[in-house]
Amino acid sequence: MRTIKSFIFLFALSIGITSCSDDSNGTTPVAENPLDAYSLTSSFEANGHVLELYSEKEGLTLGYNKLYLRIKEISTGTYVPNATISWNPMMHMADKSHSCPKSKISTMADNTVYTGFIVFQMASNADEHWELNLEYSFGGTTYTTSKQIEVNAPTDGNRTVNVFTGTDDTRYVLAMVPFAPEVAINDFSAVLYKMDSMISFPVVEDYSIAIDPRMPGMDNHSSPNNENLIYDRDTDSYNGKLSLTMTGYWKVNLQLLNPDGEPIKGEAVTEENESSSLYFELEF
Amino acid sequence: MKLTYSFGARIGGSKYPVYLLFLFITLLYQQNVQAQQPITDPTLDSILTIDLKEVIVISSFKKSMEHKAQSKPLSTLDQYLESSKKVTMIKRGAYAWDPMLNDMGSERLSITIDGMRIFGACTDKMDPITSYVDVSNLSDVQVNSGQQGARHGNTIAGAIDMRLEKSNFKPTGWTATVETGYETNNASRIVGGELNFSDERFYLDTDIIHRKAENYFAGGGEEVAFSQYEKYNLSANAGYQVSKNQKLLASFIFDEAHDVGYPALPMDVSLARAFIGSISWIQTEFIGELTHWETKLYANTITHVMDDSKRPEVPIRMDMPGWSDTYGFYSQAKLTLDNHAFLGKIDGFYNRSLAEMTMHPNDPNKQEMFMLTWPDVHTLNYGFYLEDNVNLKEGALKVSTRFALQSFNVTDDFGLNSLKIFYPDLERRQTRTLKSVSVHYQKNFKKLQLNLGIAYGDRAPSVSEGFGFYLFNSFDNHDYIGDPELKNEKVLEGNFKIGYALKGFTIGFEGNYFHTRDYIIGEIDSNLSVMTIGADGVKVYTNLSYANLYNLSVDMDYKITTELDWSGLVTYHRGTDHNGRNLPFISPFTYRTQLTYDDEHFSGTLSLTGALDQTKFNPGFGEDRTQAYAILSLSLGKTFSLGKNDLYAKVGLENLFDTYYSTYSDWNNIPRMGRNFFMTLSYAIN
Repeated sequence: MRTIKSFIFLFALSIGITSCSDDSNGTTPVAENPLDAYSLTSSFEANGHVLELYSEKEGLTLGYNKLYLRIKEISTGTYVPNATISWNPMMHMADKSHSCPKSKISTMADNTVYTGFIVFQMASNADEHWELNLEYSFGGTTYTTSKQIEVNAPTDGNRTVNVFTGTDDTRYVLAMVPFAPEVAINDFSAVLYKMDSMISFPVVEDYSIAIDPRMPGMDNHSSPNNENLIYDRDTDSYNGKLSLTMTGYWKVNLQLLNPDGEPIKGEAVTEENESSSLYFELEF
Repeated sequence: MKLTYSFGARIGGSKYPVYLLFLFITLLYQQNVQAQQPITDPTLDSILTIDLKEVIVISSFKKSMEHKAQSKPLSTLDQYLESSKKVTMIKRGAYAWDPMLNDMGSERLSITIDGMRIFGACTDKMDPITSYVDVSNLSDVQVNSGQQGARHGNTIAGAIDMRLEKSNFKPTGWTATVETGYETNNASRIVGGELNFSDERFYLDTDIIHRKAENYFAGGGEEVAFSQYEKYNLSANAGYQVSKNQKLLASFIFDEAHDVGYPALPMDVSLARAFIGSISWIQTEFIGELTHWETKLYANTITHVMDDSKRPEVPIRMDMPGWSDTYGFYSQAKLTLDNHAFLGKIDGFYNRSLAEMTMHPNDPNKQEMFMLTWPDVHTLNYGFYLEDNVNLKEGALKVSTRFALQSFNVTDDFGLNSLKIFYPDLERRQTRTLKSVSVHYQKNFKKLQLNLGIAYGDRAPSVSEGFGFYLFNSFDNHDYIGDPELKNEKVLEGNFKIGYALKGFTIGFEGNYFHTRDYIIGEIDSNLSVMTIGADGVKVYTNLSYANLYNLSVDMDYKITTELDWSGLVTYHRGTDHNGRNLPFISPFTYRTQLTYDDEHFSGTLSLTGALDQTKFNPGFGEDRTQAYAILSLSLGKTFSLGKNDLYAKVGLENLFDTYYSTYSDWNNIPRMGRNFFMTLSYAIN
């Protein structure tokens, strides 16, 4: 086909030809539901309200989940604006229960939509399940509800969350913020928490995370111009730059350093040491 | 595995009888085709004596007997080019040799087909432009050294223009030729034919050729695996005399190669295809004093598919297709005023180069790995060229200049973002100005002719040098990354030639010197990680502050009798950079001597070519000390008249002593062909 096309233009004068960009068709239809682009994962029906929980991908998965909430009054069919919501996910295991790192919930520009994220450090299974407890208040009244939710292990098996004990004997949860990887210098973020107790996961501040992306299938090929992740107080996340020179499977080797630059977890990749014990995986 | 080079045995056991049969059928059935007698045109088109150009004649003037003048008719175009005095060839196998001029390769050269710009689609230089034409298409190849080649485009090393063969309104009527050839070493079979019609009003030339070769054998009998190839080429040329003063010409070439092995490389080519077309308007008289107005519009498209599917063991399977499309034009006219002959030309081309690589991981559950190795770069170049030839008393002066604007546009976002990994501030578009000025002076004394020239020129980086993304070079075993911010390479060139002629004896001493500023070459960046499995490192194209290169040659010819001729050539080359480091691919001292006999019915040549040890090499570019060699070859030709028609047979033996050798320009030291017996038969129907 290429050839035929080329020959249609066989004697087209070269100077007249200029490339046309096709980035003008960026019109998006006005969505009635501002969360149309997301997936309705769960609905909590209680107190005369339906709490709709939306996720960016279908369902909830192990690791970092960006979530959206709306509160619908069943009687009027309208969505409640400017409510205050808090959440507490709980993992019920055979012998114990624990929570997981989570953000506060904030109101978006559309004031009936609330957003936050949860980092699930383990998936649900036949014997162990997650329960999401929600507390919300508006109009001077506080309501609660809770429901069992399903957290799936990723289908590709790629690791996006690490739970580990550091050299300082502290237990940490480190999760990659999901993004759409491109062959480019990508913005790359992670969130880091320590586990103070079964229910308390405070944000760890002012550490740094050294990154070393590698392609194990390509003799551990690496990329240039990566930037280590450093703590950003505004977002409570660790941000840096990740270069990916081609599509495919990448292992992002990590080294976690405390504010004094002392290694907490992870090893440098060398000729002898193919990969770090602390890593994220991605494939595109 | 040992091959016996017995021709008789080969006839028995190979496909050769088919080709012989082909010839006999032609003899039997086509002998009584009636046609007009061809008119031979002995006048060469007026080459200005001041040009230090070399013309490699491919078809003889008596067009119906195509390649009689050659010691090896029907050889590949590559072999014709290699037989020239100035062009050397980098070999990665038996097919698609990469021409160099003045020890500089394709990025420093302007290679054109009848003035048309055309660019290969392979990131690894496996498809030089010369591989998309065949000898059957061409009348000659003009080689202009240095800035004397600036007429067709910006260049550092010079220009190679392959001129298409045209009947050009000669009243020859219908003519036809059938040719076939066979070579024992790699069982190479060649079948070709031409059918032409020409009169004062209209001409149509058509030709077709098919070549197929198996693996060749090096001296001593070692088989060179993956050196096979197969190629088809067909072309058509037509002209219509609109009025006495006006002509409309069109040309078309289709060329397709399959299953081409590259023994020196880790990959082969499953398809290399080109469509090359043009249409021209020629007017003898133009506006006022302007004459010889010629305008050409052209387009060509190349598809090149590199893969490793035939290789038994590779670290990772990969496909590397590439595409290159070029659209262009030129318009030129001449003006003669007193003793000045001016030529003015405006030209432009638009090229798009795209190449990609897909690697298939050994773990089938993992995603394919994909990258753009040429990020769909659109190059627009337009400019003008002006030359003035001044006839002086016992001498001549030629002044020429070119000015061009060249812009690059990285159109693919994926590719642009890829490059931004290395160059975060990279702009999508850039424009460069390119300049060339040269002055040549010639003085004729009684038996002595003196030529002196000085010139300045520059060039933009090639697509690979500017925008290449992890291009693997198996010679120095490094991945190469382009640099879009490279400066233009600028050359200051000086040249001379002293010619002396005395009763059948001529001797020429010729030399040139290139002082190249911002010389573009790959330098190791130890911070970068290799992409290709097994590579030693990554090189990034950089500007060296300068490099110097010079070439010297002595050329002799002695006409012993009218039939017997002896010629000899010795050359010396040297190239170093600003640190005194040797440049890669610089020829060692070479020599060639040839004895030729040619009468009306019989011709023969005996030739010896060789080189001394390559002592000035660059290990950083994968070079090592190439040993000296000397190769003896001979050929014999005979013309038979069969009624009105002619049959021409030529046999030859190359590398007589089956010497195992490789030269400085053989990629990864792959050995050249061992002893080879060839035979060609041409039958011309007049």
